[in-house]
Amino acid sequence: MATNAYVEHAPGYVDNVGPKVVTSRFGDPESYKLERSEATGGYGALRAVLQMKPDEVHGQVRDAVLLGRGGAGFPAGVKWGFMPPVWPRYLVVNGDESEPGTYKDRLLMERDPHQLIEGCLITCYALGLNTCFLYVRGEMALAQERIAEALNDAYEAGYVGRNIMGTDVSIDVVLTWGAGAYIVGEETALIESLEGNRGMPRLKPPFFPAAKGLYMKPTIVNNVETLANLPWIMLNGPEAYKQFGSEKSPGTRMLAISGHVKRPGVYEVEQGKVTFRDLFYGDNYCQGIRDDNDLKMFIPGGGSAPWFFEDQLDLPLEAADVGAAGSMLGSGAIVVMDETTDAVRACLRVVRFFARESCGKCTPCREGTTWEEKILQRILDGHGRPEDIDLLLDIGSQISPGPYPVAAFEAAGETAVPFPPKQTTICPLGPSSVAPITSAIRRFRDEFEAKIQAPEEVPA
Amino acid sequence: MSRLSPDNVLLAKEIIGRYPRPKSALIPLLHLAQEQAGYVSNDAMEHIAELTGVTPAEVLGTCSFYEMFKREQVGKYMVNICTNISCQLNGGEELLHHAEETLGIRPGGTTDDGMFTLEDVECIAACTEAPCLQVNYRYEYRIDNDGFDKLIDDLRNGNRYDIPHHGTLARIRQHLDPERAAGIESPEVTGKPQWFADREPAPESEKETA
Repeated sequence: MATNAYVEHAPGYVDNVGPKVVTSRFGDPESYKLERSEATGGYGALRAVLQMKPDEVHGQVRDAVLLGRGGAGFPAGVKWGFMPPVWPRYLVVNGDESEPGTYKDRLLMERDPHQLIEGCLITCYALGLNTCFLYVRGEMALAQERIAEALNDAYEAGYVGRNIMGTDVSIDVVLTWGAGAYIVGEETALIESLEGNRGMPRLKPPFFPAAKGLYMKPTIVNNVETLANLPWIMLNGPEAYKQFGSEKSPGTRMLAISGHVKRPGVYEVEQGKVTFRDLFYGDNYCQGIRDDNDLKMFIPGGGSAPWFFEDQLDLPLEAADVGAAGSMLGSGAIVVMDETTDAVRACLRVVRFFARESCGKCTPCREGTTWEEKILQRILDGHGRPEDIDLLLDIGSQISPGPYPVAAFEAAGETAVPFPPKQTTICPLGPSSVAPITSAIRRFRDEFEAKIQAPEEVPA
Repeated sequence: MSRLSPDNVLLAKEIIGRYPRPKSALIPLLHLAQEQAGYVSNDAMEHIAELTGVTPAEVLGTCSFYEMFKREQVGKYMVNICTNISCQLNGGEELLHHAEETLGIRPGGTTDDGMFTLEDVECIAACTEAPCLQVNYRYEYRIDNDGFDKLIDDLRNGNRYDIPHHGTLARIRQHLDPERAAGIESPEVTGKPQWFADREPAPESEKETA
């Protein structure tokens, strides 16, 4: 069997002007190979780390204020500190990227698997654990292939496994994969899936994964992009890392900007330093809205995030600012919609995602998301009832007791409701379905009403 | 109908050995069964239950939760068209409509010749390359109606050697050589790894390991 039996042209990433912390090898079409990684410093950080005390490594990650890149933005160094002094303990890498609009972890896994593996090993070393599970989304066949090949080569080279680089340190990294379930991106659902169960989130409290996770043992679940930052941080130090980005959010982020822009792509951007306007209209980024149309709305952080509008264009990409303005940066997924977009149709599409992906554990989400979808579908099909708009808001308030986070609407004199929402469910999936509904109805209620009063001809 | 083949039983045992508890191997083993037969049969699930020491009902319970596992025969090629928001904005729904007309099936359906199964799927992480689709989990980017027709022709004519039959995901597997492995930590073991204990700053905890 030929190695790497299929070669896929690799689109997505746009090489831009800023510093490159995690995408430095993306320009090389063979960046996934061990010799290419080694030639550009791969596993150099691990070599240095093995000469340090684990405590010092943990301290440097804490000092770098490495914020989690999976969506919640919690500092990784602090999360690591939540582990009680109990062994065995596990590291689980969350590569189950599936939030609508998110496209970054797949690139990191396909194009630089050795950087990720090195990040895993640094984490294992810092925390004193010797088993790491790298969980890749089921649909990502190429990422699984690249990581499998990378692990085989790294074991062969003595970078992973028994007596790493000739030291007494032994750590295994095991590739594992899912089978198609968005909810498994939630950390406790991921742990359930890794235990061989249906991927349903666990109630927390009482137990958080850092204390009782995989097999009820202390477990750290980190996102792929978070760990991919570690080799750079350990080679260059936390102070150098903090030169990038803002004081509150150091470093860079990978942002996937899709939808109605002229140059959609995945950009590595310094956190807090650019605004949405820079991203959408800047020459270094998306270069404007397609056909020079007007912007209608945009999703700043994945399908779960409340929508933003032109009023929010000048916000910096800073988690706290975006949160106060009523949404979140989430997983770095920005979806831009121009004036030709049908708000009801876009809203239905996002809601349908949550209805399909609800795991069914909590009643408000299982039933509520389905009702939301059906009502939106009948409005779009021309069978809407005048009371449907308020009914949608009411169902939303049963899943997420209001007021739900939403952006300010200055023209109507309405202020922002800050993120995050409240929830009547175990995990945030159900409440996420309310985001497009609240955002769309507040801003475009007239479009909903028009569809209810004057049904359009809908193609079959 | 189809239990795992002898070769796959060996592979299954190797996979089970990578996890601290055998049940954790369920998803990889279900993928293995699907790779062998194109779908997951009841016999395969019973066989997996025997191999992992759980009940067949537990295997079915896990299998039925995950969308990628098909419990009846599907087409040789699974054509998954994304219609989630970024693709919708760039014509994903129109592409799905075109696919329905071209193939003469609705999402979830299989063509009479058993070549294609069509699915309307959620975000597959190629949002900047919308509209996109996967054939047996291999990507096609920025695809229009003509591109779709060509893709279908190529698949029918056997010109896409790069796309394996349904069920095969990664064609390179991780091989954990016992000689090189650290040894997967069992949850029943207590005590920290010796290398970590030796590097700790405070000597207090040495009592436990002694």
